[in-house]
Amino acid sequence: MIGVEHYVVVSSILFVLGVLGIFLNRKNVIVLLMAIELILLAVNINLVAFSAFLGDLTGQIFAMFVLTVAAGEAAVGLAILVIYFRGRGSIAVDDVNRMKG
Amino acid sequence: MIHVIAFYLFAVMTVASAAITILSRNPVHSVLWLILAFFNAAGLMVLTGAEFIAMLLVIVYVGAVAVLFLFVVMMLDIDFAELRAGFVRYFPLGALVALVLLAEMVLGIGAYRVGSIQLGTPDGTAAVAEGVSNTAAIGALLYSRYLFLFEAAGIILLVAMIGAIVLTHRQRNDTRGQKISKQNARRPEEATVNVKPEVGKGVTL
Repeated sequence: MIGVEHYVVVSSILFVLGVLGIFLNRKNVIVLLMAIELILLAVNINLVAFSAFLGDLTGQIFAMFVLTVAAGEAAVGLAILVIYFRGRGSIAVDDVNRMKG
Repeated sequence: MIHVIAFYLFAVMTVASAAITILSRNPVHSVLWLILAFFNAAGLMVLTGAEFIAMLLVIVYVGAVAVLFLFVVMMLDIDFAELRAGFVRYFPLGALVALVLLAEMVLGIGAYRVGSIQLGTPDGTAAVAEGVSNTAAIGALLYSRYLFLFEAAGIILLVAMIGAIVLTHRQRNDTRGQKISKQNARRPEEATVNVKPEVGKGVTL
C-alpha cells in the first residue's frame, strides 16, 4: 500500500533535482527559474500528500497559496529577464554585475 | 493494485522528466519536459484524492507558467551553446550538493519509518467532511476561514501582473501610432472638397 512515505520520497527527490538544476545551469537564468519551479512543485506534493493522509484540508489550501506565489514569481522573474536581455543582449548570470554592488 | 501501479508510473515519470528538464541542452525541450513533470505531479495528487489542487496545477502551471516560459525562451535570441559552457565545470560541485541533500533526506525518512513518530491528529477545524467532494470542501473552507488569505493571494497576483507590465512595457518612438484627438478634431467639411473641374483644365486645391 502506498503511504505518505512514498510521496515524501518522490518530493524529496524532486527537490534535490531542483537544487541540482540550480547548481548545474548557473549561466542560464531560464533553466534556473525552471529549477525553482521544480522545487516549488516538490513542496506542493509534500503539502498535498500530508494533507490527504492527515485528513486535514489546510495543507491543500496552503499548496494553493504556494501555487499563487509561484505564478507571480515566474511572471515577475521572466519580465526582469526580458528587460535585462533588452539592455545587455545576454542572459548569462556571470554578467549581472552592472550595479557593482 | 492499480493504485500502486499508477503511483509508481506517475512517480517515475515525474522524477525522470524533472531530471531531463535540468539536464536538457535545449531550453525549449526543458520547458516541454517540465510540462510533462507537472502533468505527472498532478496525477500523483489525484491519487491522494486532492483533485482540485491537481486541476489547478494543470491549469496554472501548464496553461500559464509553462507557456510563459516557452514564450520567453522563443522570444529571446540567445546563444544557448555558449551558456552551457560551464556545465562540466560545475557538475562535480552540483552533484556533491545533491548527494548530500539526498542522503540527508533518506536519513530523515528512514528515521521517520523506524521511529514511532506519528502524523499527529488534526484539530478538526479543517477536517474532510463525509460525502463532500474535495472541491466543495476546499471551497467551503476557502470562502469562510481563509477568506482574508484568499483575498491577499489575489492582491499578490494583481501586484505581480502590474509589476510585469510596468517592467516590460516601453514607449517606442519609431512607430506611427493612432492619434485619437487628431482624428476626433477632423470635420467632414475640411476633410473633403467637392469640385467640378472642366474637362482638360485640371484642379487646383
